[in-house]
Amino acid sequence: MAKRLLRLVLNGRPQDGVAADNMLLLDYLREVLALTGTKTGCDGGECGACTVLIDDKPVLSCLTLAVTCAGKRVDTVEALADDGRLSAIQRGFHEKLGAQCGACTPGFLMASEGLLRRNPDPSEDEIRDALGSNICRCTGYVKIIEAVRHAADLLKQQETAA
Amino acid sequence: MDALPEFEVVRPTTVEDVVAARAAHPGSRLVGGGTDLVVNIRRGIEAPPALIDMTGVDELKTIDADADAITVGASVTLAELAEHPDVRAHYPAIAAAAGEIAGPTHRVMGTVGGNICLDTRCIFYNQSDWWRGSNNHCLKTTGEMCHVAPKSKGVCFATFSGDLAPAFLLFDGEVELAGPSGRRSLPLTELYIGYSRQDGSTGDGKTYMSLEPDEFVLRVRARNAPGLVSGYDKMRIRRSIEYPVAGAGVALRRDGDTLADLRVAITGTNPRPVRLDGTEALCGGPLDDRVTDGLDELVRDQIMAMKTTFTPGHYRRRVAGVLARRLMQRLWDEAATS
Ligand SMILES: Cc1cc2nc3c(=O)[nH]c(=O)nc-3n(C[C@H](O)[C@H](O)[C@H](O)COP(=O)(O)OP(=O)(O)OC[C@H]3O[C@@H](n4cnc5c(N)ncnc54)[C@H](O)[C@@H]3O)c2cc1C
Ligand code: SF4
Ligand code: FES
Ligand code: FES
Repeated sequence: MAKRLLRLVLNGRPQDGVAADNMLLLDYLREVLALTGTKTGCDGGECGACTVLIDDKPVLSCLTLAVTCAGKRVDTVEALADDGRLSAIQRGFHEKLGAQCGACTPGFLMASEGLLRRNPDPSEDEIRDALGSNICRCTGYVKIIEAVRHAADLLKQQETAA
Repeated sequence: MDALPEFEVVRPTTVEDVVAARAAHPGSRLVGGGTDLVVNIRRGIEAPPALIDMTGVDELKTIDADADAITVGASVTLAELAEHPDVRAHYPAIAAAAGEIAGPTHRVMGTVGGNICLDTRCIFYNQSDWWRGSNNHCLKTTGEMCHVAPKSKGVCFATFSGDLAPAFLLFDGEVELAGPSGRRSLPLTELYIGYSRQDGSTGDGKTYMSLEPDEFVLRVRARNAPGLVSGYDKMRIRRSIEYPVAGAGVALRRDGDTLADLRVAITGTNPRPVRLDGTEALCGGPLDDRVTDGLDELVRDQIMAMKTTFTPGHYRRRVAGVLARRLMQRLWDEAATS
């Protein structure tokens, strides 16, 4: 089986490893690097639980071949908290009850993080559009949308404070 | 972790490298975003020995669009196409179709080449290996019969569901191809051969494209016509992320109170995207009952949806007709005020 060295910038740090050509990014993260924050929710492409950011854009790690990420920046849910301090999007979900069972949450966090990185002040419609690839069977989505909006407000507060 | 079958990944950066990679790896498949192919590999539907990653071929990542013509490289993503200002300005049907494919994350990944060559779909096909095995598979893979039409005598009716093809068909789209014997252009109407005729004289849901072995799509091109306005609409079971129940593109030209040009293309029904024949005969007068009834008749004659999805075929055909009619009316009304 073809294997190759794989260099990523993973969660802000250079990360060297070895990946088989037929390995999905999802499996590489979870099984090889033991970063189990990224979840598997379906048998491919239908739920968004596996969403991570590649070069700041949300992608489905369950349909991405790990070796095609060579040299790219990959951010998983583990990138969000800073030394145990929750990031704005995590606080949003925490304070507005955007998570219930939590299975979908890492995917929603990363899809939302991707949105806030390109549009820090999204409207409700923009939030709905950006989360269209993610499915949640618990919350009914309303609290998730509130959570993202709240995170945007927190970001604004942080900016004015700084 | 269910390991995927073994395959090698090849990462070319030029078109010449892609041609060479195909020659060097018999049975290889191209992969763009993988949002169709990797799903099928995971489900054991396909097991190619090599995947050729198209996302590193920079010369196929450009969009050229003005009022006269549009050319889009195969490795352009759906998100890039949907957001391109010149595409939105001059080819609203193409931008709208791209912007409504799957969900936003899929559109970051999915490519134009992958969408144009999207595999046809069927409830007996897009299933896990054990599900298909419990049904003794079907014609489109290794089985002996079609479960949708058991008397089909070897013909498959799997549905073509790509959204870009109908939008490009409105503008007489064609594909630029490369392969072992060089380059050529082919109208989309000749690329898609899924007529599923009983005598087997054409392609079907299984052999849905006329590509030669190892041939692949470099670019999609289309031409505008002065005064043409266009749009695209589709219905989905879940609006944010799902393949179309049916999709319809319409382009028309309104001269005062005369319908001077009308073009309609449908997806999500037949084993090929269908540009309706016979719309010219509906032009020449106002948009009245003669036109809407005539359009209904063309849909009835040319749209054939079998029970390949959870929604019944006759319903998908009606949806296609209603979408086309509403869109035609909307474009007509808007053209009066503009
Ligand atoms: C949940 C879900 C919903 C979806 N909804 C829709 C929808 O509403 N509408 C829709 O149209 N699609 C939909 N899709 C399918 C898919 O996301 C898109 O069609 C996408 O554009 C496919 O592009 P890709 O680059 O990911 O294709 P890939 O999976 O990379 O490739 C698809 C096929 O095209 C071939 N191919 C790729 N590039 C080339 C090339 N340059 N030349 C020749 N062959 C090539 C591949 O070998 C493969 O057979 C959906 C998918 C999912 C998972
Ligand atoms: S239409 Fe028939 S042969 Fe084709 S995929 Fe469906 S069941 Fe299989
Ligand atoms: S695990 Fe469901 S989309 Fe990736
Ligand atoms: S919180 Fe349970 S699936 Fe979303």
